Amino acid sequence: MQQNATILQIKNLDISFRTNAGSVHAIRGVNLDLQKGETVAIVGESGSGKSVTMKAAVGLLDSNATVNSGEILYTYTENDVEKTVDLLKLTKKELRTSYNGQRLAMVFQDPMTSLDPTMTIGKQIMEGMILHQHKSKEAARARALELLQLVGITDAEKRFNNYPHQLSGGMRQRVVIAIALSADPDILICDEPTTALDVTIQAKILELIKDIQKKMNLSVIYITHDLGVVAKVADYVNVMYAGRIIEVGNVEEIFYEPCHPYTWGLLSAMPDLDTDDDRLYSIPGSPPNLLHEPAGDAFAARNRYALKIDEKMAPPLFKISETHYAATWLLHPDAPKVEMPAELKARLMRARKEAGK
Amino acid sequence: MSEPLLKVENLVQHFPISRSFTVKAVNGVSFEIYPGETYGLVGESGSGKTTIGRSIIRLYNPTGGKITFDGADITGKLDNSTRTLLRTEMQMIFQDPMASLNPRKKVADIIGEGLDIHHRVTGKKERDELIGNLLKKVGLSPEHAERYPHQFSGGQRQRVGIARALIMNPKLIIADECISALDVSIQAQVVNLMKDIQDETGCAYLFIAHDLSMVKYISDRIGVLHLGYMVESGTKEEIFSNPIHPYTKSLLSAIPHPNPGIEKNRTSITYDYASSGIDYAKGTEHAAEGTHKVLATDEEFAAWTR
Repeated sequence: MQQNATILQIKNLDISFRTNAGSVHAIRGVNLDLQKGETVAIVGESGSGKSVTMKAAVGLLDSNATVNSGEILYTYTENDVEKTVDLLKLTKKELRTSYNGQRLAMVFQDPMTSLDPTMTIGKQIMEGMILHQHKSKEAARARALELLQLVGITDAEKRFNNYPHQLSGGMRQRVVIAIALSADPDILICDEPTTALDVTIQAKILELIKDIQKKMNLSVIYITHDLGVVAKVADYVNVMYAGRIIEVGNVEEIFYEPCHPYTWGLLSAMPDLDTDDDRLYSIPGSPPNLLHEPAGDAFAARNRYALKIDEKMAPPLFKISETHYAATWLLHPDAPKVEMPAELKARLMRARKEAGK
Repeated sequence: MSEPLLKVENLVQHFPISRSFTVKAVNGVSFEIYPGETYGLVGESGSGKTTIGRSIIRLYNPTGGKITFDGADITGKLDNSTRTLLRTEMQMIFQDPMASLNPRKKVADIIGEGLDIHHRVTGKKERDELIGNLLKKVGLSPEHAERYPHQFSGGQRQRVGIARALIMNPKLIIADECISALDVSIQAQVVNLMKDIQDETGCAYLFIAHDLSMVKYISDRIGVLHLGYMVESGTKEEIFSNPIHPYTKSLLSAIPHPNPGIEKNRTSITYDYASSGIDYAKGTEHAAEGTHKVLATDEEFAAWTR
């Protein structure tokens, strides 16, 4: 896994949407790196901009979106020559013919709406291969059967001619994953792949994606709001809030030594199976409306550790370790010393002990 | 223990689709809810948990079995007094707060509808006051009464849904997946609010959800459903520390823990009903310890508890 070649790099991405009510500044300077073979998770609430960021990379932004600045650099090798392109500068046609679905594949949240109900699943898996890779029908069919087996569908021959409505939710999501894998992509983007599924099936799908990632040496980007899922799959975690990445680090740093008050809040708000606390900690208030962009730190209004400066200036990312950064003024050398809530600290200590660290 | 508030005995709910095909959603489920407690129903989609909630509040007509609520039989044809009892003392909070609130009504009218129908208030002033107080109780402000549902965020809308359920001061609230559509940080707010309201008014909850960690947090007792059968039930300690049924075990093992050190190397237990050789219809209820019950045949029970 240790190849350390950056495959996707998002630099200073800034996107706004035109709406009837005015311009919504949804993405406000996002930086993100993805290394080959690694898994990066983007965590955040709905409206934090996590899906929009990845949609920009595959050219699926809605027509009222404007990219104000930034670049998304994608590096790949073609005929042993390393090439880097800025996905935002390509035309829609270029993206369609040679990147989307081939080098970057996406798995969406709801498998029922992302499959064509009038087409057998076999045909849907073959479609991309015939169109993009100019495979013969027989070759595509053979590969499709292989993929169905790879995603854990037994009796693939029989299932090949089924329609989506004849399959269960978990099976459908497996088919969607098979379609995504059909063109041997480098990057798999999973946008809430298990949110619409049951817990037992969720666990199976996550284990499947992990397994396939190892087999095919994929780089995976997870977009999710579930920290439990993140803990299971991710190598690196980006926490997003109101269009900014407010904390980034490897999975152990985020889960055992979080530094941003919002991350503290997210971790504390998860009911822990081992505690008998009377009340759940909850982050007060609700996420800001980006129609009216906040002057300082977007989280300040909900943050009980907010400082005076938070109202005037948004904090930059402060470095904590080589891989761990957080955007909070609390990390400034002049800031008062603030510790995370005692309950959370105790819980994290316990988690660490359980994990043997 | 006092008399149960709600007693469900052998509830059967079938939906005939055609002459030859019937969906058997619930097949003989029994449980009790005591005043002021929270009963959690968990299970995957299609296990019948929502159907049970809707049968109890009589959005469906049960095919078989008996439901007793507050001393009255609410299964068969309802007479006027039982209907009033059912419609006032039992309320429901729905999953999707956008779909369950009438977009053309103001919040005050949504919440006040029950008061109007059952003639509980004498004048506008009393009505406004009741609604204003309730809005304050659920964490909104009385000025919100003049707004429409689309002017609220998801969490706020669910608060309106809770206020609507509370206005009649019910003894039992059926909460059907009422937090699944909300963000993590908002879920905690709503669950805390529900707990506070229970402490204050002493109402009982039937909490229907698929998120086991939340169910464990809020419930006193839990029933695990699968394919229309209640495969295991007991207090939350009994279920979580000593699961007996293989389905419960797989369900518990599937919960992701927010602890990467453990989670990275853990795989969940697989449970496949078709290949497991278990036939729920043959099983009978076996008591394990205390109130802990498992649906199994004698041989299965012996094998699982060994």
